[in-house]
Amino acid sequence: MQLINRIIEQFPIVFPALNMGFLQTLKLFAITLVGALPLGLIISFGSMTKFKPISLLTRVVVWIVRGSPLMLQLMIIYYLPGLVGKNIWGGGESGRFIAAAIAFIMNYACYFSEIYRGGIQGVPVGQQEAGQVLGLTKTQVFFKVTLLQMVKRIVPPMSNEIITLVKDTSLARIIALQEIIWAGGAFMKSSHGIQGQIWPLFFTGVYYLAFCGILTLLFGYIEKKLSYFE
Amino acid sequence: MILEIKDLYKSFGRTDVLKGVSFSMEEGEVLSILGSSGSGKTTLLRCINFLERADKGQILLDGELLFDAAEEKTAKAKEIRKKQLNFGLVFQDFNLFPQYSVIENVMLAPKLLAKEAPDFKTNKNHIYEEIRHNAEDILDRVGLSEKLDNYPCKLSGGQKQRVSIARALALKPRILFFDEPTSALDPELTGEILKVIRSLAAQNITMVIVTHEIDFAYSVSDKIIFMSDGVVIESGTPDEVINNSSNERTKMFLQKLSEK
Repeated sequence: MQLINRIIEQFPIVFPALNMGFLQTLKLFAITLVGALPLGLIISFGSMTKFKPISLLTRVVVWIVRGSPLMLQLMIIYYLPGLVGKNIWGGGESGRFIAAAIAFIMNYACYFSEIYRGGIQGVPVGQQEAGQVLGLTKTQVFFKVTLLQMVKRIVPPMSNEIITLVKDTSLARIIALQEIIWAGGAFMKSSHGIQGQIWPLFFTGVYYLAFCGILTLLFGYIEKKLSYFE
Repeated sequence: MILEIKDLYKSFGRTDVLKGVSFSMEEGEVLSILGSSGSGKTTLLRCINFLERADKGQILLDGELLFDAAEEKTAKAKEIRKKQLNFGLVFQDFNLFPQYSVIENVMLAPKLLAKEAPDFKTNKNHIYEEIRHNAEDILDRVGLSEKLDNYPCKLSGGQKQRVSIARALALKPRILFFDEPTSALDPELTGEILKVIRSLAAQNITMVIVTHEIDFAYSVSDKIIFMSDGVVIESGTPDEVINNSSNERTKMFLQKLSEK
């Protein structure tokens, strides 16, 4: 009972602080999607090109990025410039955000690229050929014929990946980006005049659950929208 | 002569698929290509339709050189596209675009092509209207005017193949090629496709048909060529090739088919 009373008492202070943190979480989530969705497509084209040096290079990059922990990548991108020369990020929140955004975009673009590649290669080659004999250019074949069929194929794996991204944003806490885990954890020490409280950290789970729930509904809707063709 | 194929060669790796194929045909003719599986019929069609590049040989349209393997490989994609539009190809497994309705499948290529017309911007509505009208007309001719807004997944195999024929016709090709158009269909659906092809023949549309339907080829064709092992071993009128063949391999093939 004591705990519940305490939570009710502290909630008006904790809630806005967590909202601020969640806003930062959402910003990182959104910028990662905006950057990684198109970049992933470029990387997937790179890995599929017949020009060997490019495809080899992209495959090596994808291997490195997928083969090492995102948390480590965050630390390297944030701390390495300072170690070898000049700290280009500064000490402020905006510098941390840019560093985190770069790490997340690179990381997720590589994962997306493999999903795209599977999606593109899953479209039967006969579709391309049909477009070709009808006089469509390669670009027209991609945008008018392949793209939507690819999108339909990749919705399930992409929704998986995007829901993982929601929770992965918490990794940015390692470079002290003030996202929601950071904001919740701050009450363990001291924040907004509250000390030694862990319940705000636990409470952040509600935000993740709610947001992932919304995304699940959204992807279900998209999947249904695309079910008119096979 | 509308089409003249001169000495086409094509190999994949170490497998020689075409070993010097030549034939020719007149405008308005229907030419059927017979032969057992692996004789190179499909590859021949793919080479003529620019889906494969022949290693050697020439393709002439109206006596003018359309393709010459001796020329450089770096032909511009745009030029190849332009040449490609002289021909239409109907695939064995239809290859309809699943995300488009029947009429959209037929209109897609003409619409994209119309964008290149110089008066497109000023005349857009009129041009699109004409394309739609033309598509409706063609779909009516293949008996699908009830299905304009259906998606391919809701159609039977025979209906799909009729859409794919309509899609090829919409670009008004000089020659329409069929690659085993009934092979992916149940026997009871084969008839409706053959009926459509017959009606096209009656409209004097120039056609090249790769098929295993001997009776059909016999009755619809002006000319039949028989391929075996990458070469044309016999050619002539249906009577000459099917009823009075002197070639042992042709006879054996025909006999096997009639035993089925």
